[in-house]
Amino acid sequence: MKTLYYIGIPVWLGLLVQPFMGSEGALALAVVIFLGGLLWWTAIQVSRSVRLPTQIGILLEEAGRLIRTLSGRKPSDRQRRVLTLTITGAVLILPLILNNYIIDVLTLAGIYVVLALGLNIVVGMAGLLDLGYISFYAIGAYSYALLSTRLGVSFWLALPLGGSVAALFGVVLGIITLRLRGDYLAIVTLGFVQIVHLVLNNWDRVTNGPNGILNIGRPALGAFVFSRPIHFYYLILAIVLLTVLAVDRLNRSRIGRAWIAIREDEVAAQATGVDTTRLKILAFALGAIWAGVAGVFFAAKFAFVSPESFTFFESIIVLSMVVLGGMGSVPGVILGALIVVILPEVLREFASYRMLVFGAVLVLMMIFRPQGLIGNPRRRVELQLQDQSQGIRTPMNRERA
Amino acid sequence: MLFQQIVNGLALGAVYALIALGYTMVYGILELINFAHGEIYMIGAYLGILLLTFFTVVGLTQNHLLLSLFLVFLGSAIYCAAYGLTLERVAYRPLRHAHRLSPLISAIGTSIFLQNYVMLTQGSADKVFPHILLPEPITLFGVPLGPLQIFIILTSVVLMIGLHIFVSKTRLGKAMRATAQDKRMAGLVGIDINQVIAVTFVIGSILASAAGVMVAMYYGLVNFFIGYVAGIKAFTAAVLGGIGNVPGAMLGGFILGLVESLGASYISSEYKDVFAFLILIGVLILRPGGLLGEKASEKV
Repeated sequence: MKTLYYIGIPVWLGLLVQPFMGSEGALALAVVIFLGGLLWWTAIQVSRSVRLPTQIGILLEEAGRLIRTLSGRKPSDRQRRVLTLTITGAVLILPLILNNYIIDVLTLAGIYVVLALGLNIVVGMAGLLDLGYISFYAIGAYSYALLSTRLGVSFWLALPLGGSVAALFGVVLGIITLRLRGDYLAIVTLGFVQIVHLVLNNWDRVTNGPNGILNIGRPALGAFVFSRPIHFYYLILAIVLLTVLAVDRLNRSRIGRAWIAIREDEVAAQATGVDTTRLKILAFALGAIWAGVAGVFFAAKFAFVSPESFTFFESIIVLSMVVLGGMGSVPGVILGALIVVILPEVLREFASYRMLVFGAVLVLMMIFRPQGLIGNPRRRVELQLQDQSQGIRTPMNRERA
Repeated sequence: MLFQQIVNGLALGAVYALIALGYTMVYGILELINFAHGEIYMIGAYLGILLLTFFTVVGLTQNHLLLSLFLVFLGSAIYCAAYGLTLERVAYRPLRHAHRLSPLISAIGTSIFLQNYVMLTQGSADKVFPHILLPEPITLFGVPLGPLQIFIILTSVVLMIGLHIFVSKTRLGKAMRATAQDKRMAGLVGIDINQVIAVTFVIGSILASAAGVMVAMYYGLVNFFIGYVAGIKAFTAAVLGGIGNVPGAMLGGFILGLVESLGASYISSEYKDVFAFLILIGVLILRPGGLLGEKASEKV
């Protein structure tokens, strides 16, 4: 039976791709998959019969310990302090010696960290599947673009203004979708992205249509104008720190706990006195603020906005950062954003294959590590408690109601 | 003019309805938005072009047009069914008991994967449908109607009637309805759940492939990203009619097609997509279950 799989799977997949890749391509793929399967099988046989040398065993154990430490399973104070210091030092000093290209990539990563943390509030904490998050990013970016080019408003004033406008739209979307649950919410927010995108594309008088808005003002402090990549790097770093601080405080607050209650069981939360209506709207608003702020920064950094930057696909990218890193976990989400932005840059030689790989990675992650790279510690506690008391009914694997 | 637009809308709506059926059936059983379903439709359209090109090279199209068209539909349907099956087996079955966001993300990943797979193997340029000789337009009430539009509407209606008979009359259809109502209970009375789910994916994929081939014939060209917009529209249609509800998906598809066609010609062609989504949001707020959906009460 097993042997049948080793031949059947390559043949099946080869036949599937034949019309698209031609006979030679299909044959090559089938052979590669067959050899891969053979290698896998051999590896399993070998690992069963041969014991690993002690040194390698110790090394693996050490690596495992490091990963456990990083993923927040009670590191000692000293470890924690060393880790924090190393990261802070690297983030502050390294960019001074890096070239502009790398700094630009890191700045972009910073923008996505802010976006992912904001979306984490809505999806990770409150459990509302928002596929339209990128529209708030667009609203923030266009707010600053218009305020700057039409009224000459400064960046510093636009930052809170853009955030507030986005939050306002967040409240509106929150109120509209209040009665909807789960997948219906997803589809309405998806429609919201499309509507915002179409309006940006077609409302020529205000948004200048697909051509976008050019010559957006640069941020300035007195006589100092932010112009070089490194300036923007430190600016986004400050915004990222502010976001992390705010999101982390929220996570530990009464509001954060209420969101988690809603996420786990809305009816039960309501029954215990959580004001679900107000809190769900609040989640949309507080999530949207950060997208708005990131949007204002985006417009200032590139001095140009166009509808092309704010498609549904971008929404998916940000969502995948949250999922990849670990929903509800702040360090996880930061790691997820960094990986999704930086990995494609590293793999630039395989540029045309990277989206293919990205799609496959999303699927594989869901199958083999659905809690994300660094899972939410609170969720893990819940999981263990339930494991002990009930055996199988855990929040991660319970049947969908 | 109005009549012409209504026929256009019906043809467009028929395509949406065919795709929407796949969404609604999968949702009815798995409660999963199968984001990759639009990609199956796109693959169907590509296969239509590839197969017809092949038949033209062989010389079959020139001598037996109807036979070769039939073989194009059949071949595309078989391949799409195989893709649907593989998709379910690889990306969804391992996640059947996972947290409900997991299969959704997996579906999004599959969709990205399939789009790029087609782009890499077939190129990002438009693919052109081979020219075939068609009969003259038929004039009805003084309006010329393209034979393709009539063909699309008729084929879709036939397929939908076939689906309806399958779901309501056959043993497997009964098993599908039972599974949609309660998976665990259906399993207890001896229904093979895995088989039912596989059949659902196969049927959805076949309908999507038919939609894909017809769209490729109608517009004459396809691209690797057509699945995305069509998928969203079709899902909108499914929600509009009441997701999980088979006649609802058909109704939703036709309504959406008519709204788009009439809205584009009488109000604004640039905002035609906005109308569709505004209607969707309106329906969801006033009647969250969709037009034909049951009033779902929350199970506690």
